[in-house]
Amino acid sequence: MRATAIEQYVRTDRLPHIWCSGCGIGIAMRAMIEALSQCDVRLDDVVIVSGIGCSGRVAGYAKMDSFHTTHGRAIPFATGLKLGNPKLKVIVFSGDGDLFAIGGNHFIHAARRNMDMTVICVNNFIYGMTGGQAGSTTPPHARTTTTPYGNFEPPFNLPHLAMACGAVYVARWTTYHVVQLIQAMKEAIAKRGFSFVEAISPCPTVFGSRNEIPTGLAAMKFFKQNSERIRDGFDVAEAGIELGGKIKVGRFCDRDRPTFQDRLVRMEHEVVSAERTMEG
Amino acid sequence: MSDLSVLTGEHFMNGDIACAEGGLACGCRFFAGYPITPATEVAERMARRLPEVGGVYIQMEDEIASMNAILGASWAGTFSMTSTSGPGFSLMMENIGLGIMTETPCVVVNVQRGGPSTGLPTLTGQGDMMQARWGSHGDYEIIALAPQSPQECFDLTIEAFLLSEQYRVPVLVMSDEMVGHMMERVVIPPADKIPLPVRRKPRVDKDSFVAFAPCEDLVPEMPSAGDGYRIHVTGLTHDERGYPATNARAHDRLVRRLVDKIRNNAHKIFRLEESGMEDAEVAIIAYGITARVARRAMQMARERGIRAGLLRLITVWPFPEERVRRLATQVRALVVAELNMGQMVREVERFSGSTPVFSALRPGGEIQEPGEVLAVIERAAKAAAKS
Ligand SMILES: Cc1ncc(C[n+]2csc(CCOP(=O)(O)OP(=O)(O)O)c2C)c(N)n1
Ligand code: SF4
Repeated sequence: MRATAIEQYVRTDRLPHIWCSGCGIGIAMRAMIEALSQCDVRLDDVVIVSGIGCSGRVAGYAKMDSFHTTHGRAIPFATGLKLGNPKLKVIVFSGDGDLFAIGGNHFIHAARRNMDMTVICVNNFIYGMTGGQAGSTTPPHARTTTTPYGNFEPPFNLPHLAMACGAVYVARWTTYHVVQLIQAMKEAIAKRGFSFVEAISPCPTVFGSRNEIPTGLAAMKFFKQNSERIRDGFDVAEAGIELGGKIKVGRFCDRDRPTFQDRLVRMEHEVVSAERTMEG
Repeated sequence: MSDLSVLTGEHFMNGDIACAEGGLACGCRFFAGYPITPATEVAERMARRLPEVGGVYIQMEDEIASMNAILGASWAGTFSMTSTSGPGFSLMMENIGLGIMTETPCVVVNVQRGGPSTGLPTLTGQGDMMQARWGSHGDYEIIALAPQSPQECFDLTIEAFLLSEQYRVPVLVMSDEMVGHMMERVVIPPADKIPLPVRRKPRVDKDSFVAFAPCEDLVPEMPSAGDGYRIHVTGLTHDERGYPATNARAHDRLVRRLVDKIRNNAHKIFRLEESGMEDAEVAIIAYGITARVARRAMQMARERGIRAGLLRLITVWPFPEERVRRLATQVRALVVAELNMGQMVREVERFSGSTPVFSALRPGGEIQEPGEVLAVIERAAKAAAKS
């Protein structure tokens, strides 16, 4: 990996950061920075939008125009930014609880509209910031503070959800796969339309400690041993994650569909030309 | 600006459409909304009109999303607005707070209907007045305007945009079903007679700019995303750089400034209208649609020999405390008429001193009969005569 002058991308005057040792959020953020440095984008045009949570703190460390919004609402905020100024490169960086529990409705609609933005989700299977409660991505049987007898709710399969809703680019890697994560983020950022990257990430403090992956290192070993790269023809419906089970990783789709903006511009042209014809 | 954005001339239109036209005329180019009676016509008008003037209409998945989208669009550098009614207004509350904390200019039109809950979708009410003031959690000051006619829907929506940019705060236009749906004459002036909101862009270079360092009037300057200032904006308590600061001192400093930028400038924000107040012994205080009923009641009272006057609140928040305090020393009784079970009347009572306050209330559904308000004026006059 080419070393990036971190000062260009990170508000170093805000360090040290708040994340625990062994946490994967920093790796995912670093991957995003590396991807940005390899993309053909002006940093002045890049906007990072986060919701609330440990992962949501990324906006505060990114040295770009960055917005730390409310819990779950990064995507609609980002939608306004993008439509208000289409030249912006909008990246939503947030947690699984933020994007898929409280913010799930916004995710599915932004994907449906094919809103031109990249959503990066740090999935640590838990609500980290509030101390380890179960959420919509917590695997069955996992112990959390609100599932003391083990989680009995079925979780989302995020790549499946994203694809079903119309995302044009979907990939999943773990924070062990730094090179692949960077590559996926690069492709996602370069992609026109709604792109989604899931970064499976350790939260040793409140998830791992209760589920037999007590350290960041243990999580890395687990990811290394249990990740399975998907092959051509893989059915994304099979990408669900079980506690202690295999994690399917790779690029699930890369396809094209007109974006919201494309359709809007086409409609506006039609309106304007229709009026011209009427006036003429 | 495109010619099509200002429909100069005389029109016959309802208050909802006038709100949309007011926004368009002063440069609003982004609208995010969600359908709800009796505010839907604002969104429908915007959906038709914005594409004609190069703007964007987007129907969001709910009002939470609508509110966030207009905040995002504002930071992208556009003038943005949304409209809703009670249930949607409730959903917007958390993110109106985000707008207040991040000092994001935008306009929210609330065409009020009877509540609580789904209440009376098609019938009027003024039950959201305290929610407008206090509905989002935490301490803040807000600006809210109350139109009494379609013409004022047009005028006050423009005023709302001017104020929101001046003070960097979401501004609420507190209309109601009756004003929203009534058709009346609306005069739209020529484009060059329409005041335009001005974004307070940074006047210093990128290196010396401090994102939330206030100007003299306590309002900071606002770059747009993409301008190269690379600012951080957060709903967390933050310091002048915009960086999160989780301590009592930073919080005190920030919240005081957010409150004071409105309070200290309140005398510039207030818009009031007074009639018959020179010799009044009973003063009626009303706003929005109810002010029209109150005006008729005032005339009826005068016909009966009661010297009544009317103070109409055009700006409802911030509340014109000083004017009400002085008024209370001028007259012998105060009467508040409103379509709720007693909201702004409490505010009046805070500044009325020993002057008795009477109220003519209805929980919405329909406006008062002038006679109902007159009866309260008569009661007030009688009590005042005894004291
Ligand atoms: C409306 C609202 N409800 C609840 C919270 C409390 N809260 C803060 S962060 C969080 C969960 C964050 O979880 P996730 O998005 O998975 O991020 P992580 O901390 O794990 O990175 C919650 C519930 C809040 N801030 N706002
Ligand atoms: S609680 Fe978990 S997610 Fe939050 S910083 Fe610590 S390790 Fe990371």
